[in-house]
Amino acid sequence: MSVEAAGKAEASRFSLTNLIRQPLLVALVLIVLLLALGEMLSPGFASPQQILRLLIVAALLGIVAAGQNLVILGGREGIDLSVGGIVSLSAIIAGNVMNGADSGILPAILACVAAGALFGTFNGIGVTLLRIPPLVMTLGMLGVLQGLLVVIRQGVPSGRAAPALSEFVTRPFLLGLPGIIWLWVLIGLLMAFLLRRTVFGYRVYAIGSNEQAAFLAGVPVRLIRISLFTLSGAFAGLAGLCLIGYAGSSFANVGELYMLPSIIAVVLGGTPLSGGKGGYTGTMAGAVLLVILQSILTTINIDESGRQMIFGATLLVLMLFYGRGRAMRA
Amino acid sequence: MSAIETGTSQRPGLAALVERFPFLPALVILLALLALNGWFQPNSLGFRAITGLISTYLALMMLSVAQTYVVYAGDVDLSVGAILSLVNCVIIVLMERWGGGGIAVLMACALGILTGLACGLLNGFVVAVLRLQAIVATFATSIFFTGIALYVLPVAGTPAPTIYWRTYGGRFFEIPFVFYVVAALAIVLVMATRARLTTQMLAVGDDAFKAFQGGLPVTAIRLKGYMLCGVFSALAALCITGDTASGDPLVGGAMTLYSVAAVVLGGTALSGGRGSVVGSVLGALIIGLISSLVFYVGTPSQWQNLVQGLAILLALMLGVMVTRRVQR
Repeated sequence: MSVEAAGKAEASRFSLTNLIRQPLLVALVLIVLLLALGEMLSPGFASPQQILRLLIVAALLGIVAAGQNLVILGGREGIDLSVGGIVSLSAIIAGNVMNGADSGILPAILACVAAGALFGTFNGIGVTLLRIPPLVMTLGMLGVLQGLLVVIRQGVPSGRAAPALSEFVTRPFLLGLPGIIWLWVLIGLLMAFLLRRTVFGYRVYAIGSNEQAAFLAGVPVRLIRISLFTLSGAFAGLAGLCLIGYAGSSFANVGELYMLPSIIAVVLGGTPLSGGKGGYTGTMAGAVLLVILQSILTTINIDESGRQMIFGATLLVLMLFYGRGRAMRA
Repeated sequence: MSAIETGTSQRPGLAALVERFPFLPALVILLALLALNGWFQPNSLGFRAITGLISTYLALMMLSVAQTYVVYAGDVDLSVGAILSLVNCVIIVLMERWGGGGIAVLMACALGILTGLACGLLNGFVVAVLRLQAIVATFATSIFFTGIALYVLPVAGTPAPTIYWRTYGGRFFEIPFVFYVVAALAIVLVMATRARLTTQMLAVGDDAFKAFQGGLPVTAIRLKGYMLCGVFSALAALCITGDTASGDPLVGGAMTLYSVAAVVLGGTALSGGRGSVVGSVLGALIIGLISSLVFYVGTPSQWQNLVQGLAILLALMLGVMVTRRVQR
């Protein structure tokens, strides 16, 4: 008993190792450091407009990462490789439904989210009912989606974003911030509420940390897991819609840029790939961190080769701060 | 062989057979695909067509073998495509710089394999020694390797010396060169199946903690798996250089995920501990045969990718389900 108490006192005391164990804090500190570094390398990097632009890009990644985060939290090697395909598909659907007209925005939102949710549900059914490993199922689905993109793009103009949507994504909307940042904040709040304040959220953590125990406790494991994949697809669909608002029109396989980065954002946010631990607030910081890092690398004047080498090496160093695997000799 | 007729009830003999040879379901799918290819286009079973199929998919076969050695131990390597690209660029640049003679080609190939080994060593270091999560860590190293490949060869297009692709596409004693490579690969793989390292990797993949308690040097075994993976990725690069006859810093990008698919198609469990390299080779051929079948049945060109994607997804699901049912 006294040993335990001493241990607790030890843990609560200020110590650097404990601080480093807080992924959110690490990410926030790194964000500030990177902004300072960027400002040093190229003055104006940390100006309000630039930060705003970075946040818009981060919001796009962050929305995809929200779904990815849910799937990973659900455990059993949960991962969704199909998000890239869904983002691309949804961008094309959105472009064609809106075709530059504001009246098409609502149908586009519905179509994109529904399409994403549909493919997500297929993933979930494959993973739960047919018990295909998530990596395999979503990888196969990615192939199907890429094929579907080729079919849709043949002969059909890929469409344009409605002016109001572009306005929402890129222009100040409320308190000088674009609508998409407000949307992202709203998603962040909803995710926090969902995960920390609802039965559903607790069940997600339950199946993520010990599926069998959760099942024995009466948690509808399959239903929860299917809905996680459905949500992941829906978030990716929403992100595709926002993406076309940002870019104006969709281009080939644009979503591929979101597939693995969405997983990296989750990991940098402190959610281990083994699931059952972590949350979305960290992931949001992880997405911002990733985007700032990429932005610094495009700002400094080096070759594409050097940029990629530094990016890869930096990611490896960053990962050292977060959930390393358990040592065998424990 | 006679035990794998379709429609047989779950005899213990069949289960035991698949347990011992995890690639049997893949073999059945492969034979079925061969039959279908032959049905729709009799020429596709001809000597010439099979040679073409193998010289195109030999690189993926090697890459799938590479992937299998890390999957054995329960890991995964998302950088195999980037290693392939890097080695492709390295040997192309070296061969050009050294004049493209026979000795130069051999030296370049040897250095290419060493490059692959070095990449595998780095992957093994970050995953096994530093204990980073394999999926994200090897994605990070893949960005790093792509950077080096772009540094070595900034733009695609430098051609391979004539002697190189002539050899790869040529024949010796009336038998195509690629057949010798396949035969050599088969011998190496069968010998490797009996090697102690394979058993150790499978033991680690089955339960790393138990393997450690049983006295196995888990970190070293995982590291060796990644090094083997690097070497076979480099061999895959030698094949693709023979097939495309040029250097391209991004040539392997799309192949990583196909290598994972081929491993799963071959009956290897992604969670580790069970599988076979032979299955992965068959898996790579299944992917090749699916795309040629899609072509032979006369699918309109814009639908080909979709049908191929659906067929691969179906084959993946079928393979996973059959393997599990038989092994229960």
